[in-house]
Amino acid sequence: MLKLPIYLDNNATTPMDPRVLEAMIPYFTEHFGNAASRNHSFGWQAEEAVDYAREQVAKLIGADPKEIIFTSGATEGDNLGIKGVFEMYASKGNHIITCTTEHKAVLDTCKHIERQGGEVTYLEVNPEGLIDLKQLEAAIKPTTILIAIMYANNEIGVVQPVKEISAIARKHGVLFFTDGTQAVGKIPVDVNKDGIDIMAFTGHKMYGPKGVGALYVRRKNPRVKVTAQMDGGGHERGMRSGTLNVPGIVGFGKACELARLEMADDAARLSKLRDKLENALMQLEEAYVNGSREHRLPHVSNISFKYVEGEGLMMGFNKNIALSSGSACTSASLEPSYVLKALGLGDDLAHSSLRFGLGRFTTEEQIDYTIKAVSDTVIKLREMSPLWEMFKEGIDLNSIEWAHH
Amino acid sequence: MAYSEKVIDHYNNPKNVGTLDKAKKNVGTGLVGAPECGDVMRLQIEVDDTTGVITDAKFKTFGCGSAIASSSLATEWLKGKTVDQAVAIDNMDLVEELNLPPVKIHCSVLAEDAIKAAINDYRKKNGLEELVFEEKGVH
Repeated sequence: MLKLPIYLDNNATTPMDPRVLEAMIPYFTEHFGNAASRNHSFGWQAEEAVDYAREQVAKLIGADPKEIIFTSGATEGDNLGIKGVFEMYASKGNHIITCTTEHKAVLDTCKHIERQGGEVTYLEVNPEGLIDLKQLEAAIKPTTILIAIMYANNEIGVVQPVKEISAIARKHGVLFFTDGTQAVGKIPVDVNKDGIDIMAFTGHKMYGPKGVGALYVRRKNPRVKVTAQMDGGGHERGMRSGTLNVPGIVGFGKACELARLEMADDAARLSKLRDKLENALMQLEEAYVNGSREHRLPHVSNISFKYVEGEGLMMGFNKNIALSSGSACTSASLEPSYVLKALGLGDDLAHSSLRFGLGRFTTEEQIDYTIKAVSDTVIKLREMSPLWEMFKEGIDLNSIEWAHH
Repeated sequence: MAYSEKVIDHYNNPKNVGTLDKAKKNVGTGLVGAPECGDVMRLQIEVDDTTGVITDAKFKTFGCGSAIASSSLATEWLKGKTVDQAVAIDNMDLVEELNLPPVKIHCSVLAEDAIKAAINDYRKKNGLEELVFEEKGVH
């Protein structure tokens, strides 16, 4: 049975798995204690639940539970990881290397650091969305303290060569931070095999609750420390003060456990559905997949349908299908996606893009419905598009002097 | 952001989508916007030479729902008006009729620009001086 509306925006957030909710419920009313209350059973129960969740989270990424710092989510993790290193290692240097397709939580954190006197190198990516390892190595200098490159991109799903990046970081004695938000729980991430020193990730991208995430901070080879960004009771080994969100942490732990057990099956099923969707939509003329198809998350596809505008396109089916577009017709700046532009796409193609993010609860019937709805709307809007008409008449759109407004 | 009923209606049932023969002397064509900005509108009018009445209007638009609705509504309003009356169509009338939110006002400005460009193209083809319009500068 086809279930409407269809949610294909799982890179933005995922629905919570009912099993996660079930695990959380007792921790709202029954076991409501403060995990820092050391002298009574309410506190002990909460602490025990947090310890258990810490193990579940650690196990998913091959870490030691002591290396998990609970946060409010990936934005906080990105801030704490990067600013925390910048402050903690100030005596060693002030240079950070990142890349242009990072999430705003990383890019804006780097901008902040530049205002604080830090120096940041923004590596460009190739048309596939991947950084160049030679450029990375060449950018390292004696003052470099951190390489911050995301594991997988939120808009195009492209997975960076994390093992190679960490090997370069190791070789030069530079710490390696990665924003694992889109990758953890979706593909195997192992902090030791991958050589990750610090990693931010979050619950709500992997069928857990919103408002809870973790920062992995390596304790051995090397021992890494980050300067706390919030002052308070010294929770989480002094790196992140604030009363622990016990129900959220319990849910996050459960979500990590489910991801660990079901990731392989989910990924295999979703990559098949994603490929079915992508191959069918690529049958349309002038459709282009954005970013590497080889180095990519299994559940993500970003496609530009030339000569139709993304927001107008979504309006054709957004009553029944939830998606995102790289078009920024609604934003005040009218600037399309900076990630797509970093791949070298023209603004016109960036405006014409849709991001499909499949998830654990996506069904084949939903994908079939989506293929038809998107194809029909692309065809209908092209009939209405002056650009499509010009293209069909063989007019070079670049030869026209457009009135830029 | 939810769209108004009227925008949805024009999007689902756009009026006057199509192309007029731009080689004809009594057809004026306005092409405004830019692909890089995410909206391009082409609006055309066909004018009865003796009466100056716009007998037909067509559009094609690359853009969001509000841009499509603005141009669809503009063609509806153009038909039956004289060219002189058409000059007076103001983007804020489109905004009001379609209930466009502030962030979509530029779509209506673009439609007004398209009307004016079509009128000027018609005037130029017929040996009339092009009209000079004030920049709205909202987009």
